[in-house]
Amino acid sequence: MGGLRAAEQLRAAGYTGLITVVGEEPRMPYNRPPLSKEVLAGRQSFDSLAFRPRASVADVKWVLGTAVVSADVGRRVVGLADGSELTFDGLVVATGVRPRRLRCPGLAARRRTLRTLADARVLRAELTRPGVRVVVAGAGFIGCEVAATAVALGAAEVTVVDPEPLPMLRPLGELTARELLRRHEWHGVRFALGTAVTAFDDRGVVLADGRRLNADVVVEAVGSVPNTDWLAGNGLDLDDGVRTDGLLRAGGLPYLVAVGDVARFPNARYDGVPRRVEHWSIAGDSAKRAARTLAAHLAGTEPDPEPFAPLPSFWSDHHDFRLQCFGAPALGLDDVRVLEGEAAGDFVVGYHRGGRLVGVVALGGPAVTAAAARHRSALLKQPAFTA
Amino acid sequence: MKVVVDTNKCQDHGQCVFAAPDVFRLDEAGRLAYVSGPDESLRADVEDAADVCPLQAITLED
Ligand SMILES: Cc1cc2nc3c(=O)[nH]c(=O)nc-3n(C[C@H](O)[C@H](O)[C@H](O)COP(=O)(O)OP(=O)(O)OC[C@H]3O[C@@H](n4cnc5c(N)ncnc54)[C@H](O)[C@@H]3O)c2cc1C
Ligand code: SF4
Repeated sequence: MGGLRAAEQLRAAGYTGLITVVGEEPRMPYNRPPLSKEVLAGRQSFDSLAFRPRASVADVKWVLGTAVVSADVGRRVVGLADGSELTFDGLVVATGVRPRRLRCPGLAARRRTLRTLADARVLRAELTRPGVRVVVAGAGFIGCEVAATAVALGAAEVTVVDPEPLPMLRPLGELTARELLRRHEWHGVRFALGTAVTAFDDRGVVLADGRRLNADVVVEAVGSVPNTDWLAGNGLDLDDGVRTDGLLRAGGLPYLVAVGDVARFPNARYDGVPRRVEHWSIAGDSAKRAARTLAAHLAGTEPDPEPFAPLPSFWSDHHDFRLQCFGAPALGLDDVRVLEGEAAGDFVVGYHRGGRLVGVVALGGPAVTAAAARHRSALLKQPAFTA
Repeated sequence: MKVVVDTNKCQDHGQCVFAAPDVFRLDEAGRLAYVSGPDESLRADVEDAADVCPLQAITLED
C-alpha cells in the first residue's frame, strides 16, 4: 500500500521521471484491513480489495511476484530475487511487516497467519468448515478480529490465548480492555488469559498453565517482524524497522526514505521518540510526506523542513461494534477518563499525559465514529509536547 | 466532477469527512451524506478523501 501511495504522491509532488515498484506478492496492491473482517466473513469478495491507482501512475513499471533481496545503498542499486539489478536515484522502503511466529515446533499443517490475501483465502476455507475448533494465539487487534469473525462464521469453539490479563491491554489500557473482554465473551469468544501457548501436540495446543486446547486451526497473531533483511549491510539502523528522521529519511541520506509499517519515525506531535505505527492511515500519510521529501531532492531543491506530525487514526471491527481511535492512547495510559457515555453502551474514552489529551478511543455502534470525530479536533489543537 | 460512494462498501468511517468536509458529512445517526457533483475546485480534497476511505468506497468519475 505504501509503495503505491508513494508513487502517486511522487507524481503529485511534481516528479515526472521513471518509477518502478517492486513487490513480492504476485498481485497489484490491495487493501488489507478487510482480510480479517468483511472478506474473511464473506461479506466482501476477494476481488474487490485492489486499490484503484490514480491515473498519474499509469506509466509506473510494476515488477510483481519478485522480492528485493539485497541493496547497496551507497552504490544505489538493489538486487532482485530473479538475479537482476535495478539502479536508482531515490529509494522508497515500503516493505511492511510479516507475522511473527511462535517458536515451538509441531502441528505445522494446522498453523496459520493472516497478512496476505492468500493467507485469508486459506483461513476462510478452514473457518467455514462445520464444527471447526479454533485457537487464536494473541489477543491483539488482528487476533480479536479473527476470533470475532470465526464466531460469526459458526465455528464450534474459538479460544484466544494471551499472556496479558486482558485483550488489547497494552495499546488501550485496562478500562477499555476490560469492556472489550466482556463484549467478546458475550458474543461467544473464550479467552485463556495470563497464559501462553508453549507447545503443540497432535490434537492442538499446550498452554503454560498445563491446560490443553484441541484445535483444528491455530491462528498465530502474536505481532509482527519488519521486512528489513534486504537492507542489511548498509550501516542503517534497522532495529525494529527502518529508523528515519522527521522527514522520513533513513541513514541521513537524502535519497532514501521509508514509509508505512516498516518505518520507525519520530512524530513531532508527541515526544519525538521514533516508533513504528502499524496503522493503515500512517501508510498513506507517511507516503505523502516521504514523497515530498524525495521529490524535492530529485528536483535538486531543499525539502520542506516541517517535520512529520501525523494524527494517528485507527479502527477495528469486532462483532457488532467498532473501535475508533485517534491520537496515541498508549502514551496516556496512566490517566484514562470516560468522556462520553458509559462502558456498557457506546462510549468515548480520553487518554491523557501531563493532563493533556493525547488519545481518544470510541467503542460502540456507528454513532461512536461521529462522537470520536468531535474529540478529534480537540486532539489536533493540542500543542506538541516534549518528553 | 462526479463523486460516487459505493454504499454497499461504505461503513460510515467518516474519514472522508476530515479530508473533504465540504463534500462529505456524517448525519446525526452517524450515516454518510455527500454532495455528488462538487465544484471542480474541490478535486484535490476529494482525491484525498478517496485515498483515506478505509473501505475504498469512493470513486471519482471524470
Ligand atoms: C489482517 C489485517 C487487518 C488489519 N486491520 C487494520 C485496521 O482495522 N485498521 C488499521 O488502521 N490497520 C489495519 N491493518 C494494518 C494495515 O493494513 C497496514 O498498516 C498497511 O497495510 C501498511 O501498509 P504498508 O505499505 O506499510 O505494508 P503492506 O501493505 O504490508 O505492504 C508491504 C508489501 O511489501 C512486500 N514486500 C515485503 N518484503 C519485500 C521485499 N523484500 N521485496 C519486495 N516486496 C516486499 C509485501 O509482500 C507487501 O506486499 C491490518 C492489517 C492486517 C494484515
Ligand atoms: S471514509 Fe469511506 S467508509 Fe467512511 S464514511 Fe467515507 S465513504 Fe464511507
